[in-house]
Amino acid sequence: MDSETLLARITDYENRPNPYPLYAELREAGPVVRQADGSYLIGTYHEIAALLHDPRMSADPRSRTGPSPSEETVKPPFLRLDDPEHHRLRTLTMRPFGPPHSPGRIDAMRGEITHITGELIEELRDRKQIDIVDDFAYPLPITVICRLLGVPREDESLFQAWTDAIVASADIGPEEDTTERDKAGMQARQEMGRYLVDLAEQRRERPTGDMLSAFVNEPDPALRLTVEELAETTILLFIAGHETTVNLITNGVLTLLRQPDQLDRLRRDPGLLPQAVEELLRYEPPVHMRERIPLADVEVAGTTIRKGTSVVLALASGSRDPMRFHEPDRFDPTRPDNQHFGFGSGIHLCYGAPLARIEAETALGALLPHLGTARLVQDPPPYRQNAMLRGPRHLPIQL
Amino acid sequence: MSGDLRGGRIVVVGASLAGLRAAETLREEGFTGSLTVVGDEPCPPYDRPPLSKQVLLGKASADTTALPMRRDPDADWRLGVAATGLDPLEKRVMLADGESLPFDRLLIATGTRARPWPNPEEASLDGVFTLRTSDEAGGLAERLAAGPGRVLVIGAGFTGSEIASACRERGIEVTVAERGPAPLVGALGGTLSKLAAVMHRNHGVDLRCGVTVTALRGDGNGRFTGADLSDGSRVDAEVCVVALGAVRNVEWLAESGLAAGPRGIACDAGCRAFDMYGIVTDDVFVAGDVSRFPHPLFGYQMLSLEHWGNAVAQAEVAAHNMVSPGPMRRPHLAVPTFWSTQFGINIKSVGVPTYSDHVVIAQGSLEARRLAMVYGYQGRVTAAVTVDMAKSLDYYKNLIETAAPFPPPPGAADRAIAADITIPSDVPDPSGLSHGPTVALTGHLPDRRLTVVQPSR
Repeated sequence: MDSETLLARITDYENRPNPYPLYAELREAGPVVRQADGSYLIGTYHEIAALLHDPRMSADPRSRTGPSPSEETVKPPFLRLDDPEHHRLRTLTMRPFGPPHSPGRIDAMRGEITHITGELIEELRDRKQIDIVDDFAYPLPITVICRLLGVPREDESLFQAWTDAIVASADIGPEEDTTERDKAGMQARQEMGRYLVDLAEQRRERPTGDMLSAFVNEPDPALRLTVEELAETTILLFIAGHETTVNLITNGVLTLLRQPDQLDRLRRDPGLLPQAVEELLRYEPPVHMRERIPLADVEVAGTTIRKGTSVVLALASGSRDPMRFHEPDRFDPTRPDNQHFGFGSGIHLCYGAPLARIEAETALGALLPHLGTARLVQDPPPYRQNAMLRGPRHLPIQL
Repeated sequence: MSGDLRGGRIVVVGASLAGLRAAETLREEGFTGSLTVVGDEPCPPYDRPPLSKQVLLGKASADTTALPMRRDPDADWRLGVAATGLDPLEKRVMLADGESLPFDRLLIATGTRARPWPNPEEASLDGVFTLRTSDEAGGLAERLAAGPGRVLVIGAGFTGSEIASACRERGIEVTVAERGPAPLVGALGGTLSKLAAVMHRNHGVDLRCGVTVTALRGDGNGRFTGADLSDGSRVDAEVCVVALGAVRNVEWLAESGLAAGPRGIACDAGCRAFDMYGIVTDDVFVAGDVSRFPHPLFGYQMLSLEHWGNAVAQAEVAAHNMVSPGPMRRPHLAVPTFWSTQFGINIKSVGVPTYSDHVVIAQGSLEARRLAMVYGYQGRVTAAVTVDMAKSLDYYKNLIETAAPFPPPPGAADRAIAADITIPSDVPDPSGLSHGPTVALTGHLPDRRLTVVQPSR
């Protein structure tokens, strides 16, 4: 059986435009599918849900002891830490972002997000062809996260290169040599960390209302991040705060242009937008896979997974599992009971989900009136290399 | 009538969470006949959890907790009229206004009311409250907003504790009198009740355990002024909240021949009511707080749960079964869950903590005020309670559902140092408490030897 090459085939760039048949194969072969390198791949909804809530499943790459032990020595950001350390950092980081300490923060940005979106739409006026990624889906979230964190948008050339290197190094790919990629990622993390810490330092005692200011001016020493934590955490917030949203918005436009009946429906009833964004998060999610490592031997659906073995959870496959969703391959903006894995689940559930939802709703809502006569120039569009954070690199459309 | 019911007449008695969800589900299931919902309160269905939290904090007013409707149940709402009797032979529900409603199927979802202070004269003093309805919450919130010098809370169950927490958050002095050894001990057992006591005291609650209130005192104008305690002390206060648990609203069924008593109305796993002989009826169904039903995970003991989630789940099963033929009927097998927020912490429970002999702290610690406590009974996991660690709950729920061995397997992140050391769960006899346990085992006691359900593998 070829099932042990599934991860290699899923991550193969050739299959980036449509990995969904491979996910169906994975679910068929599963629930737990051993890969040639000894790791495991899981793509069924209920098993993924159980493992994402299982406190024995570590997110920390340093827990890996199996065939390919981690060479990582520095402490990863809280996205890849376990409790209690994860909880401490996530809670501290949440203070200037959301409830209970800053409950209105994200909702208060609606106006600003609408304004930025309006400006971007204005620039598209009178143009015959645009690239949804470069002209719209990227500028919106990057501007928002820059303002939220307090990073000058003018430094784009710097942080864009760092982001690309870090995101590439965090990808999942079984059989390739990742040494170069890891080295570049590590260097980018160091440089970007220094840059963000410097920015934060400039705001010490001169707060400018952004999250960097809040972090360095925290009066209670028990609630302060160390310099290393500040660097890792702000890198994480910056990258996670825009990279995935770009893909969410782009995937949204792509999906709607491929399904004119659903586009018409949304144009007639924009009140469906919040539900449509949820369905998008299920149907074409920005995050396709996450890795977990058991801290003890763990039995999943009759297979014992040894402590320290890499387990890749194919979230995007779980969200298309017919055992959980009726007609999972249909894009249905009115789908009831839509508990997808678009933002993950369990303790690492996406921290920025409320922001991403507002950005995607606003962006798609503003584009809807212009998409009536639009058509895709290239289908499928050219995709980014990344298999885990999957999305088009460009999405040229004719207006 | 038996089998598939699409037309005909359905009466739902009880217009709160379970009644509303059942009415909605009946329509979703395709019931097109006449649907009447009877409720003794004059207002449309509303949500109760906020009444002891946001409403008492002044963050929401008592009249803003109306329950959102999933769909219009297209029902004839008979609000402000109590049901007074049931004639199972004639299949009629009698109402307080003299009318009687014929039915083909009946759902009883009359819930509970607050247990009143036993002395009616003292209970009628101005400033003495119970907390169950929106009106009661509104009245109490108004008194709290006026800034009373001290509030006396009698009973330290979940409602009493949440009221005390709201008072402290508003800066109001509060005394809590509890007959048992600690707050929440009836629901959560010994260890967590000690944490609850620490939370009370750290937040400035004057917590008095092992005492009872012997008398409520009033001045010449009928205003509450304080209370006498069994240890000879006296508490001066302007407001008193009696939080002594709930009484099931079954009196109207006294002549009905149903198995209705102080513990609720017994029904089968398909929500069909039993009559007084233990014979199951086929046209009278029960859901929500007023029901008691057998659960296979807990030795088929009759559970009665005062939980929001149970009301919803059971109402949906009851509604489905009311209009479905026998083989299509579903059992109500949901694992009990509940939550509480108090003193800045979030408590969530899954399973039946009182159905236990030992507990273990599986993750976190009491010191960190963040933990997962797992309850076991005869070597299997039967419940888990998390404090500020709700994301782990699904994992433990799975252990309960699969009758996993207790203590739970090793390997959890944030695992407590003493995760292997089990200690007695120390669940007291409910009769010794001021508050009833939220999850009550109304059948035989947990120390009886029972058949343990083993899942087929």
